[in-house]
Amino acid sequence: MPSRRSLLASFAALGLATAPLAGHGDDAPVIAGASDLQFALEEIARAFTAETGDTVRLAFGSSGNFARQIRQGAPFAMYLSADEGFVLDLHRDGLTRDEGDLYAVGRIVVISPSGSPLEPDEDLANLEAMLADGSITRFAIANPEHAPYGRAAMQALISRGLWDAVEPKLVLGENVSQAAQFATSGNAEGGIIAYSLALAPQVAALGTWTLLPEAWHAPLRQRMVLLPHAGPVAEAFYAYVQEPAARAIFRKYGFVLPGEQS
Amino acid sequence: MDWTALWLSLRLAFWTVLLLLPIGIWLGRVLAYRDFRGKGVVEALVALPLVLPPTVFGYYLLVAFGAASPVGQLWQAAFGQQLVFTFEGLLVASIIFNLPFAIQPMQRGFEAIAPEIREAAACCGMPPWRALLRIELPLAWPGILTAMVLSFAHTLGEFGIVLMVGGSIPGETKTIAIAIYDRVQAFDDRAAAEMSALLLAISLATIALTFAFSRRVGRRLG
Repeated sequence: MPSRRSLLASFAALGLATAPLAGHGDDAPVIAGASDLQFALEEIARAFTAETGDTVRLAFGSSGNFARQIRQGAPFAMYLSADEGFVLDLHRDGLTRDEGDLYAVGRIVVISPSGSPLEPDEDLANLEAMLADGSITRFAIANPEHAPYGRAAMQALISRGLWDAVEPKLVLGENVSQAAQFATSGNAEGGIIAYSLALAPQVAALGTWTLLPEAWHAPLRQRMVLLPHAGPVAEAFYAYVQEPAARAIFRKYGFVLPGEQS
Repeated sequence: MDWTALWLSLRLAFWTVLLLLPIGIWLGRVLAYRDFRGKGVVEALVALPLVLPPTVFGYYLLVAFGAASPVGQLWQAAFGQQLVFTFEGLLVASIIFNLPFAIQPMQRGFEAIAPEIREAAACCGMPPWRALLRIELPLAWPGILTAMVLSFAHTLGEFGIVLMVGGSIPGETKTIAIAIYDRVQAFDDRAAAEMSALLLAISLATIALTFAFSRRVGRRLG
């Protein structure tokens, strides 16, 4: 039977082995980014660090969830929404530093994974035909309740007159990045996701896609804003996002930039 | 592999176990030896997190600890930061949610000590705290270690609550379980696979250890 000494020794060993665990994480500002920025913002953050030596921590999720978390006091320094409505609402309630800036306008695509019978076309004629003959079992979009790209997908499907047919087949991603994962995993025939995600090599390798007409949905005007406790690094990153280097990265991921034509 | 997330999860699990140890020993011992009115209610409350959906618990935490709540405002006044979306908030959630994993094995450990041994210690005039250190803890150790291993592993895997009250902030609230979810969404299957394999290995080790400890308890009883 083990003695009390060995018991105490094992506690002490555990304490010693894990004592440095008490240290705190770094103080780099946390930037909340809409999921459609998953790849573009990571690239911009890398370029920012290479240029300035400062780092930021990125958190991705749906714009609506972030807005809710900011209302509950989440310690984000900067918020890049995929929909300007969330930013303007926060501003109206005095929760942001100012009304922020428009940084990009997003587009949506219909995507289907390799091996899926769905062939993406700009008019969604193939989707309509497959819905009619029942060969669509699952179709992925982001949750329209709190994800702007989900709302745009819903508006596009309504404009095209396919919403009622497609609704029973929908699988909803918690954000547009998860919707893209659902749409390309092979478990759904396809989905509607952000153009910026479809252009990322990780996603492009998984399937084929086509841009959908801008006229089918309200413009995805993406607005960013600094939150009240943002420090100098967050302010520098905010400025960097509007500089030519960052704009070039946004353009590479298919965003239309403020003041430019698509 | 997201090392920041792994490190954060290890820190969270370590602090959860450390703070639950005195709570578990005290409450486990009380429940093992004492009879009092409402003992059934206390035992039921301790067991509640076993069946309560983590998102339900997360929702109540948001309501109870959020910036607008009395607890949230008290915490803010005392520590100058808020409880939700912070490491400290996760730690509070983790301690509450691990109560059954810590207290129940410890209670079984204390119950397994023959009453004659404790009576003999009391008859010989051993003060209670000495009896605890020299008699009870050495005899109850398999239960205590089981409790520590279970709470540690359970904290590493907790997902629902962290998703609700964490906010997925790297280095602060983005635990390894959240990092796996995050990497899948970022189409980074390799990192997700590595982290999943690590958690699988830790879970297997946990099961092996708890089985080994409970065999020791059984042998002593038999």
